[in-house]
Amino acid sequence: MADSIQNDASQQNNTLLGADELVLNMGPQHPSTHGVLRVKLKLDGERVRGTECVIGYLHRGVEKIAENRTYQQFAPYVDRMDYVAAVSNGLGYCEAVEKLLQVEVPIRARVIRTILTELQRIASHLVWLGTHALDIGALTPLFYCFREREEILKIFEKYCGARLTTHAFRIGGLQYESYDGFEKDVERFCKDFERRIQDYVDLLTGNSIWIGRTRNVGVLSAEDCIALGATGPILRASGVKWDLRKAQPYAAYDRYEFEIPIGTNGDTYDRYMVRMEEMRQSRRICLQAIENIPEGAIFGKVGKVIKPAPGEVYHSIEAPKGILGYYIVSDGTTQPYRVRIRPPSFVNLQALDKMIRGHLVADVVAVIGTLDIVLGEVDR
Amino acid sequence: MSHPVTQALGCVLSISPTMQAVVAFLKTWWVELVCGVVIVAAVPLVAGYVVLVERKLMADMQARLGPMRVGPHGLLQPIADAVKLLIKEDIIPRDADAFIFWFAPVISMVAALTSMGAIYFGPAFRVAQDINIGILFVIGVSSLGFLGIILGGWASNSHYSIMGALRSTAQLVSYETAGGLAIISALLLSGSLKIRAIVDAQSDQHVWFLFLAPVAFFTYLVASIAETNRAPFDLPEAESELVAGYMTEYSGFRWALYFLGEYANMIVVASVATTLFLGGWLRPFSNVRWLDIPMGVLPALLIAALGVYCIYRAGKQPVKVQLGFMWVVALCCFGVAVIYLVPWLVAPLRFAIPGLNGAFWFLFKVAVYIYVFMWLRFTLPRYRFDQLMHLGWYILIPLAIVNIFSVGIAMFLSLELGWNRWLAVMLTTAFTLAVSLLLVRLHDKHASAASSTSAVPSDSYAG
Repeated sequence: MADSIQNDASQQNNTLLGADELVLNMGPQHPSTHGVLRVKLKLDGERVRGTECVIGYLHRGVEKIAENRTYQQFAPYVDRMDYVAAVSNGLGYCEAVEKLLQVEVPIRARVIRTILTELQRIASHLVWLGTHALDIGALTPLFYCFREREEILKIFEKYCGARLTTHAFRIGGLQYESYDGFEKDVERFCKDFERRIQDYVDLLTGNSIWIGRTRNVGVLSAEDCIALGATGPILRASGVKWDLRKAQPYAAYDRYEFEIPIGTNGDTYDRYMVRMEEMRQSRRICLQAIENIPEGAIFGKVGKVIKPAPGEVYHSIEAPKGILGYYIVSDGTTQPYRVRIRPPSFVNLQALDKMIRGHLVADVVAVIGTLDIVLGEVDR
Repeated sequence: MSHPVTQALGCVLSISPTMQAVVAFLKTWWVELVCGVVIVAAVPLVAGYVVLVERKLMADMQARLGPMRVGPHGLLQPIADAVKLLIKEDIIPRDADAFIFWFAPVISMVAALTSMGAIYFGPAFRVAQDINIGILFVIGVSSLGFLGIILGGWASNSHYSIMGALRSTAQLVSYETAGGLAIISALLLSGSLKIRAIVDAQSDQHVWFLFLAPVAFFTYLVASIAETNRAPFDLPEAESELVAGYMTEYSGFRWALYFLGEYANMIVVASVATTLFLGGWLRPFSNVRWLDIPMGVLPALLIAALGVYCIYRAGKQPVKVQLGFMWVVALCCFGVAVIYLVPWLVAPLRFAIPGLNGAFWFLFKVAVYIYVFMWLRFTLPRYRFDQLMHLGWYILIPLAIVNIFSVGIAMFLSLELGWNRWLAVMLTTAFTLAVSLLLVRLHDKHASAASSTSAVPSDSYAG
């Protein structure tokens, strides 16, 4: 016994009295990771000396399922990856298959897709804001965020009958026309939302506790972001102006004006500011889009049976959480030979260790929150 | 000293010498005994309803309804919760230290209840009569409650529990100091530790000490939030970080004891603040004579108004049981209002007026103080541990020390040199505030220097 203590002491001579490092399992049974993520923390007192992420609790084999479904049949499955941004997932998948088929989607369908996707971006960011604030201890923003998100989900429900996993788009265009009063609903939401977003700003942006908890926490430099492959608001908060909506415009983004907000420090506060500004920009896109939705068809020339020529395609979009890529290989049958998905959360999660090393336990939840991961997407 | 009730008891029981001794004991101590029983019996109930009020307020601020299922507007929720907690399976983790695990929540609860013994809930309602170290006793005994937290966290043999317990130890040491130093200002002004004397001093000086030592009140407010582990200082039980802190392994009745201890502690710190800074049981403008009658009847009217509101709401209840219950609540309110009004109408009972009204104002102030606690909880994010320590040691404690001198100087200026009291208070308060600004400045500098050096280099290009 004495020997082993001696050994420990010699190995750990950097810590006081040869005390061991404490290994704390945060999750899977933990209120902040609720059953789907496990982070092993190596602690020195309250300071984090290292982390290890254990994922896979929500693995459903989505990519494998794709190989046994037709192209259309697989579309609803992608909704279940990032389940708080189902519309974005659907857009990426549909556009990827359309690219594989080399089909042109009518402009009306593309505009409606853009509106719904931007609404979904707002909804996804609202979920992030609410849970992130809750993790840092602010209880109230969560309910305000969900109140606004509810309005968006109501629009989805009116449009396609589903709220969460919408399956709103079809390969080749849209199944449903926009309903009567669609523009009015979106406009009303956008008008209200300007005022609502001010509520969150009042509660959080200037709050010194909030600033203390987020500024200089989880700093990720631009080089680190690029090296780790982090994308989306995380990359932009580090000062890299990279947004696929501008860089490789898809859907109907080239028709609208919007800014890409970027941060400077790459800390949690910058990511917060970037996402808040993105919500405002999404609102701006929606307002521009509903002003003039072009008339015309909503479905391109796609047959009932989708049988792409053998080949492969990679298509990526700017999902709320970052770059969402689909790599699809066709062997000429009705079922894809292979679908590989690049989920933004999975890649962004790899930055966790880099971001929290040297910080305190309390920062772990702040950093997990700021990464805005959805485990459905991480594990697929 | 003899009272009809005790006389009657005496007639029935004066048979054996033992009985006589008991009777003698009762004759001397019956007020204390009754008050003690009332406290022990009422505090769990009150704490339960404080929780309900908290949930309702939180729901209101968060655009939702809160508990609505058990009773009208969830009025029976605390009772349902209590029953659920009592009949839950009693779990002691296998590797826990069973005795300490069992004993720790009892310490917390007992400490909170004992410290209530010295508090005057109004001029007449108290357990211990004028202890000469009154306020010191309250502070000291309620601090013992932390022993329960530390032991509980230790005995649980769980990482989250021990971290919560350690956090609470550090927090206690820091904020008890700040709170204690803040109290000294009020003690200087009153010149006594006796609770009754402190309130009487505020009555004699025609002012609540809140206005003579505003900085001390603010310091005590912050420190008392931290002492009771409430947000934004709820680090020992920070849900998103430490699951439930020291309570992680606790469930059922034991958990309920901790919970009750926590809410009882809230009532204790609110009572201390009320006594020291908010004039105790004195009504607002207690020295304006012509307000005697209107302010004297006000408590009865307010309670009656609550009853009227209940009747008004009763018509809107969807279920008949709820309607009936609302009427019961309304009738209870009216009953209390009548009790408050009777002494005004019946001359021989006049002596009860100060006691009744004093209790009303005291509890009213305590309620307002607790409301501020809740309000802060729903609004603010949580401090991080190092920030909490910095706030305590770099800002609150120096501020409290400076403030003691400020209050002393103000007293010297006004009492010895005959300055206008308000001028002296304003000058010294301005000085204290200037010091506090300086402290915040220094702290910000320190914080920005500390946070930039905490990162450990790691190579993200590797692999």
